[in-house]
Parts: sequence; C-alpha cells; structure tokens
Amino acid sequence: MAKPALKEHRIERQWCKGCGICVHFCPKKVLEMDEEDKAFAARLEDCICCRMCELRCPDLAVEVICETSGNNETPDKDQGGGNA
Amino acid sequence: MALKDYIRQRFFPHIWCPGCGHGIILNGLLRAVDTMGLDKKNIVMVSGIGCSARISGYVDFHSLHTLHGRALAFATGVKLSKPELNVIVPMGDGDALAIGGNHFIHAARRNIEMTAIVMNNRVYGMTGGQFSPLSGYGTMATTVPYGNIDHDFDVVDLATSAGATFVARTSTYHVHELAELITKAINHKGFSVLEVLTQCPTYFGRRNRIGDASEMMEVYKKNTVRIGSKKKQENPDLLERGIFVQKELPEYCREYDNIISKARQK
Repeated sequence: MAKPALKEHRIERQWCKGCGICVHFCPKKVLEMDEEDKAFAARLEDCICCRMCELRCPDLAVEVICETSGNNETPDKDQGGGNA
Repeated sequence: MALKDYIRQRFFPHIWCPGCGHGIILNGLLRAVDTMGLDKKNIVMVSGIGCSARISGYVDFHSLHTLHGRALAFATGVKLSKPELNVIVPMGDGDALAIGGNHFIHAARRNIEMTAIVMNNRVYGMTGGQFSPLSGYGTMATTVPYGNIDHDFDVVDLATSAGATFVARTSTYHVHELAELITKAINHKGFSVLEVLTQCPTYFGRRNRIGDASEMMEVYKKNTVRIGSKKKQENPDLLERGIFVQKELPEYCREYDNIISKARQK
C-alpha cells in the first residue's frame, strides 16, 4: 500500500485553545505548543499522516492534508496510536 | 465535503473550555455525517440546555435549541411531523437523565427513530460544576464538597431496560469507534442511544484531581475495554465499550401511519 505523504499541516490559530491533546497523543511527537499556547508542527518531516491530531482536536482547528504517493517507501509499522 | 462545510464557522472558536470532550464528539459527528453522505437539509439537531446542548448551534443543519431536558419531546414532534428527516438529539448527562429522565425512558420505550447521544461528562459544567446523576459515588463536585453519596445510573443498562433498540457506548479517546458508532446509531431504524464518555477538565477533572484533558482521555483508554474482552473477566471494574443492543422492533412513526390508514378505512 502506498504511504500517504504529508502535504500540509493546517492549524487554525484563532480556533486553537491550547489544550495540548494533539501534542499529547501524537505518536511521532510532531506537534508542540508555541509561546502563545497554540499548537504547531515542530517536526513536520516526522508526520506519518495518522491524523490522530485532527480527529481528536476538540476545537476543529487541525487539518492534516495528505496525498497518497506511489513511491517505494516502506509502509510505516506504527499504526498511529489508533484505538486501544 | 470538507468538515468546515458542515459547521457555522461564524460561531467559531466555540464556547467550550480548552480540552472539552464535547468538541471531539462534534468532530466525530461531522465525520460520521460526511462519511454517510447525508444531505445537511435532511438532518435536524434538537438539543436542550447545557454545555452539550450548544452543539446544535455549531452545526449547519436544521437545529432546535429547546428547554432543559425536553429535547427528546421536541424531537418526537419533529420526527412525527416529518419522518423523512434524520433526527439527532445530543444531550448532557444531567439534561438526559436528571431533568429529562422521563422523556428519555419513554422515548426509548416508544422506539421512535432518532439518535440520542448522551455526552456524559459526569457534571453540570455550564452552571458551575454541580454533581449530576452520573457523577458516581465518592466523586467530588462543587455541591458535594465532602464527596458524593449518590450512586450513578448506568446509561447503557437504563436505556436497555427502557426498551431502546440500539444501545452503545464509547469515549472521546476512541475517535474512530466514535464516528463508527454514530454512523450505526443514525442508520438504526429505531430509538438509538449512544453514550459517549467525555471529559470536563474544568470541573470534573480538576475537582477529582484526574488531571488535564489528555490525562482524562488516558483514563478512558485505561479503564475501558471492548465488549467481550478477556480483560473484563480479569478486572470487572473495567467499563465495556461497543454495541450492547441492536434489534428490530416496530418503529413509532411507521406504526402511527398504520393507525391513520386503519382509521381512514373505517
């Protein structure tokens, strides 16, 4: 299966209330809080497009834009912190 | 469609506190509606009063923000007059089972086709953190400063014994399951009840020293299991998640239509 590649990490700063849920549950520790307590993608290159930040955001502020590429990269073993 | 096409963006950022689980339920609901491909014009959200009830104001569907605890009564009226609409009734724990307790059990008994989502944060958040019928024995709230001596309802057991034909439970941690169960609840031809454990970090979390929103969600991860899991046998204190009841019984609107045609024949 082709691995989805990250295109963009859109965070609506006006909507983000800085609860930190996205930072806490990101399996790859991509996100961090900035000095204004808003989430931002500090390590974009580590993102595996599991979208757990987007799905768990209570403020509907996070949007992960991915595109499925047909390159040769191996599928990631980590399933992205899905349901326990 | 993008999720933002299902909301009234002019009301954002919403009024819920940072980390409030209600936003995650809204998130899951919009995803479910998007996946199902429902037309916005065919959905009615009817809510009562409380933090949870504000959800109907944020969705770009038909919406009714009604009296405390009476959302199911209004929803019954909507559904009977326009049975072709999908009626979704989001309620808080106090709204559904204290003030609206009677409406809840009787709507379940009638088996009228609608989806009741009980957003259970175990506290009255909007009015300052008073205990609710779902707070549970031994919990702390502003009106029980020495600990709560009331026992709580089990929403699943209550809905099942009241006759709901679809009963399920999930939490805000289990977001894939949340959207999946909302979809199944909406698709069910009868009265469906979905209990969603949702965190109130401002009142319940702080008063009971559970921690912030993320830590409260970690508790849902740790303290719940899927129905039928072996872990439940080893530790009976774990709370089960999943679909508890799914059965077919005559639906109220269709039965009512039958009565009308019977009466006309005579």
